[in-house]
Amino acid sequence: MAKSLVQEFTKGLWKEVPPFRLVLGLCPTLAVTKSVENGVGMGIAFTAVLVGSNILVSLLRNVIPSKVRIACYIIIIATFVTLIDLLMQAYAFPLSQKLGIFIPLIVVNCIVLGRAEAFASKNGILASTADAFGMGIGYTFALGALAAVRELIGTGSLVGEIPYLFKYNLPNLFGPHYQPFDFMVQAPGAFIGLGLMLCLMNLTAKK
Amino acid sequence: MGEMIKMVVVLTFLSVISGGALAYVQKNTTNLIEDNKLQFVKGPAIKTILSGTSNNPVSDRFTIEQGDKKDIFFVGKYDGTPKTVAFETFGKGFGGDVYVVLGVDMDTDKLTGVRVTTMNETPGVGARAKTDLTFVSQFAGQPLEGTFKVKADGGQVDAIGGATITSRAVSAALTDASKLYHELKPQIIEKAKALK
Repeated sequence: MAKSLVQEFTKGLWKEVPPFRLVLGLCPTLAVTKSVENGVGMGIAFTAVLVGSNILVSLLRNVIPSKVRIACYIIIIATFVTLIDLLMQAYAFPLSQKLGIFIPLIVVNCIVLGRAEAFASKNGILASTADAFGMGIGYTFALGALAAVRELIGTGSLVGEIPYLFKYNLPNLFGPHYQPFDFMVQAPGAFIGLGLMLCLMNLTAKK
Repeated sequence: MGEMIKMVVVLTFLSVISGGALAYVQKNTTNLIEDNKLQFVKGPAIKTILSGTSNNPVSDRFTIEQGDKKDIFFVGKYDGTPKTVAFETFGKGFGGDVYVVLGVDMDTDKLTGVRVTTMNETPGVGARAKTDLTFVSQFAGQPLEGTFKVKADGGQVDAIGGATITSRAVSAALTDASKLYHELKPQIIEKAKALK
C-alpha cells in the first residue's frame, strides 16, 4: 500500500477535507451550520455513518458483484443512516429535532457514497477505517468552523451543548453593545460564509 | 448465469441482514423515542397544568384502549397520592385539528387547567389560543361536565375576538374530553391507583 495508515487518516483532516477541498456534501454544510451545536452534531452523526459503511464495504469488497455494487452500497449506507437516526431520537432527542430531515438525508450525501466507491471498495479494512475517521473528523471540524463563524457574527455568542460530550456558554463575546448581524444565520449567510472559507483555504494552498 | 445468481444472493443477503438489524434497533428504541416525544413535545404543557406535583406526570402515565382508539393519561400526584389526571383531545379548527391538553381533579371533577398544544391556526388570530393564556385560563376551576359552547352558540365560553372557529374547536375538544372522562372514570381511577 502506497500510503501509511496515518497518512490515510490525516489527509481527511486538511489536504482533502470534504466541504472545503473537495467541495462535496454541501447541502448539510449550508443548511445546518446555523449554530456550532447543529454543525458538530451533524458532523458526528455523519462520521458514525461513514465509519460504519466504510468498514462494511471494505469487508465485503470481494463479495459484492461489481454490477450491483452501487445498490449494495446504498443498502449498507441507508441501514447505518436509519440506525443513527433511531439512536439519536432515542438518546439525543433535542438535537435530532433540530437537525430534522438532514439526518435521513445523509443517505444521499455524496461523500459517504464517494468514499465507499473510491476508497473502501479498493482498500483493506484498516485503511478504510482510518480514511473514514479522517474524513469524518475533517467534516465535523469544517462544519464546526463554519458554524462558529456564523453563530458568532449572527448572534454574538456561542451557546449550546453537544450531548454527552461538552457544554459551552460564551455569551456576548463582542461586548454588550454588539448588534447581532442576523444575516449570517440565515440561508444567504451560509453561502457567503462558505465562499469566504473556501477563499481562505485556497489562499493558504497557494503558498 | 452464475454471476446473475451471485448478484441476487448478495443483494438478498444484504437486505435481510439490514432489515433484521433495523427491526432489532427499532424494537429497542420505540419506547425511548415515544418517551422523548411526550417529554419534549407535550411535556411542557402537561407540567404547567399539573404544576406542583410530587411526581413527574410525563413518566407516570397509562393508556386506555377502546377499539382502535388509544388515550394516554398522565397522572399528577400530590404528596404521593394520585389526584389529578391530564390527557389530550382535539377539535376541528380553522387550519386542521386543534389539540388541547387538559387537567382534571379526580375528586371534584373540576378542570385544573387547559392548554392548546399542537395547532395550525392563523398566526395572530386563532393562534392566540395557544400564546395568549387569557382564553384558556377561563376554564380553570370549571367543572368538566356536559358540553362546552361559545357564547355565540348559546354557551358559556368567552370566544377569542375574531377567532370563533378556533374557540369552537377548543370547546368541542373539551366537550369530547368531558364525555371521555366520565365514560372512563372508573377505569382511570383504578389505573391511577395501580401506578407505583
